[in-house]
Amino acid sequence: MVDTEDGPTFHSLSYPTRRDVIAAGAVVPIALALPPGAAAQSPAVAAASEPVAVSLTINGTQHVLTIDPRTTLLDLVREHLDLTGTKKGCDQGQCGACTVLLDGRRINSCLTFAVMFDGRQITTIEGLAADGALHPLQQAFIDHDAFQCGYCTPGQLCSAAGLMSEGRAKTPDEIRELMSGNICRCGAYPNIVAAIQQAMGRS
Amino acid sequence: MISFQYVRATDVADAVRQTASDPRARFVAGGTNLIDLMMMEVEQPTRVIDITRLPLRQVEPTPGGGLRIGALVPNTDLAYHPLIEKRYPILSSAIMAGASQQLRNMASTGGNLLQRTRCAYFYDVATPCNKRKPGTGCAAIEGLNRGHAILGTSQACIAVHPSDMCVAMRMLDATVHVTGPAGDRAIPFADFHRLPGDAPQRDTNLNPGEIITAVELPPKGFASHHTYLKIRDRLSYAFALIAIAAGLELDGDTIKEGRLALGGVAHKPWRNPQAEAVLRGQPANAETFARAADVLLRDAHGYKYNTFKIDLARRCIVRALGQAARGTPQSQSHKKIA
Repeated sequence: MVDTEDGPTFHSLSYPTRRDVIAAGAVVPIALALPPGAAAQSPAVAAASEPVAVSLTINGTQHVLTIDPRTTLLDLVREHLDLTGTKKGCDQGQCGACTVLLDGRRINSCLTFAVMFDGRQITTIEGLAADGALHPLQQAFIDHDAFQCGYCTPGQLCSAAGLMSEGRAKTPDEIRELMSGNICRCGAYPNIVAAIQQAMGRS
Repeated sequence: MISFQYVRATDVADAVRQTASDPRARFVAGGTNLIDLMMMEVEQPTRVIDITRLPLRQVEPTPGGGLRIGALVPNTDLAYHPLIEKRYPILSSAIMAGASQQLRNMASTGGNLLQRTRCAYFYDVATPCNKRKPGTGCAAIEGLNRGHAILGTSQACIAVHPSDMCVAMRMLDATVHVTGPAGDRAIPFADFHRLPGDAPQRDTNLNPGEIITAVELPPKGFASHHTYLKIRDRLSYAFALIAIAAGLELDGDTIKEGRLALGGVAHKPWRNPQAEAVLRGQPANAETFARAADVLLRDAHGYKYNTFKIDLARRCIVRALGQAARGTPQSQSHKKIA
């Protein structure tokens, strides 16, 4: 199916999400659709950005949208498609909370312009589970208690999925090094490494 | 972020045309540095030219026995390329010592060369910075300068070049291929990046409208005796305080040729021919390495918070040359420094 920005929405959950509650309390919820800074007046603005059309396949569904070129992939999935599993942490490529898979490779979605990925395949945390079954990494994170507050977890999981397809990490040291782009301020690192080892053993 | 016009370049000539006519245009490839700088409004391009569809993704042997790396080859692909791992392992090692796997997946070879300094004052638009706004002064010289340069500085700027990949390329004597309004040219790596002098706003010797198309490595890769040793404030995912790319060619215990490139010390990857001359024909031992370090650091100058780097660099040079001589390069995942 093809969703457009103005077409079918993703409000398929039958209960209110934290986002619904926050949005309901916001004065101007429509501002959520704008990229950060877009509403701010900057003295150096030359001309308004012309909206650009982009077609992206996200978690197997094609989306055709017309967006401000400043829109990052992170803001596109969160604010335009309501896929809020991908988290905004630092918004500077330093924490990894925004990690998604682009054609199977892990990237920081905060440091991208979504228009650059026209025609590409993106997998977010919402797309990791298949046919109602958790991804082995998701199950392993539960088995090993590999999170506390959980804010970094979607990024950790997508990053670990990318790590597994790369096939480079064999030892705990190598897992730690190749997962160093994902910061966990709760310090769940030992359990994250154990969970990834478990998932690697199963795949 | 200010608004901009987004265009996709259809071929290299088109990309050159698009920037040559617009000084406020910027190319975007990986975006890992440019987009960050645009968010901070350090960079304010009015036109962003997406070059990611240009056919610059090949890694191919050259007739002369070297290797030509397309400017859009992602850092990860380059580090993991079988020919790089086999013939130029120091380049793989240096790439893997920088950033995170997510960023390496995004970042391009050409973009890595064009990274801008991570000096906090360059990033903070509320402070003076001659690199960001020429003529405003340098806040780092009297400021928090723990990460700053100790060699080749000027009164205008003490920023360091942040790349690890470039340090290895400098050691390997790579060549940067560019094309622009005046045609193609090849720039020796040593001449690609600049010292700050009185024009720190210029990081490189690229002319307006020029685009990097490839980086060429010469045949010699120092695959048997090399190391990339990077010292930083945490074990991974941090910029270098000191980084050393060392390569040796040995005849028994005697050094036929020795090369040393340093990161984290200057506005460009740093080499000193006199220090390398000290190594030539000498026994590969700690005394020789220390003499080379002394020559290389003879003109080093520390500021309030970074004087420790001079002694750290000296020790790292000796350690790195030892690793190279033994043929035991620093592992980038097992962090113990032998």
